Amino acid sequence: MRLAQHMAVASDRVRATAIEATEFPELSRAYQVMGVPKVVINDRVQFEGAVPEQDFLGAVLQAVSAP
Amino acid sequence: MPILTDRDRAAVRKEFEKLTGPVKLVVFSQELLAGDLCRQNEQLVREVAELADTITVEVLNPAIDRERAQAYGVDQVPAIAVEGARDYGIRFYGVPLGYEFSNLIDAIIVASTGEPALSEDTKASLRALTADVEIKVFATPT
Repeated sequence: MRLAQHMAVASDRVRATAIEATEFPELSRAYQVMGVPKVVINDRVQFEGAVPEQDFLGAVLQAVSAP
Repeated sequence: MPILTDRDRAAVRKEFEKLTGPVKLVVFSQELLAGDLCRQNEQLVREVAELADTITVEVLNPAIDRERAQAYGVDQVPAIAVEGARDYGIRFYGVPLGYEFSNLIDAIIVASTGEPALSEDTKASLRALTADVEIKVFATPT
């Protein structure tokens, strides 16, 4: 969540939501959360585990790139 | 009974020395949906807010304050919106305990300073975004 919330402050375009998986089991099921942390960007790009800033940014850019 | 220990309070107070501008924590609670968790969430936020003069707390009930909850984009409880000079779009769903607690404290600090700890390249790439980005981060307390 740390990188996500810093990105939210850096850009008006970015919003960051932390979800406590065990308190929201339906949401976790819908997003097939098996391991945490699990990051889902624009319901389009997802990955599990902590990643370096550059890789996180890469995922953000991938999520907004043309299909 | 308090949620935070004396040691937690001392550690957070030290972190809060970094605060520069005001922060508002908007708590979303709905007794009928998740009473225990909402009470715990509200208590946690109030205990954190007590540790710095620059932090204020507002509690909204999405069933009553419907329009405002919608404006915040919050449709689940318990939830927290962390606002600084503006609403940066930072939300926490669920009670941020354990590992998430340190993220809440970090969110308060970055919302207060408005200065993200990111590289210049990352900041430039984010400034150039032309589409909205919604990042969800699923976590557990331990």
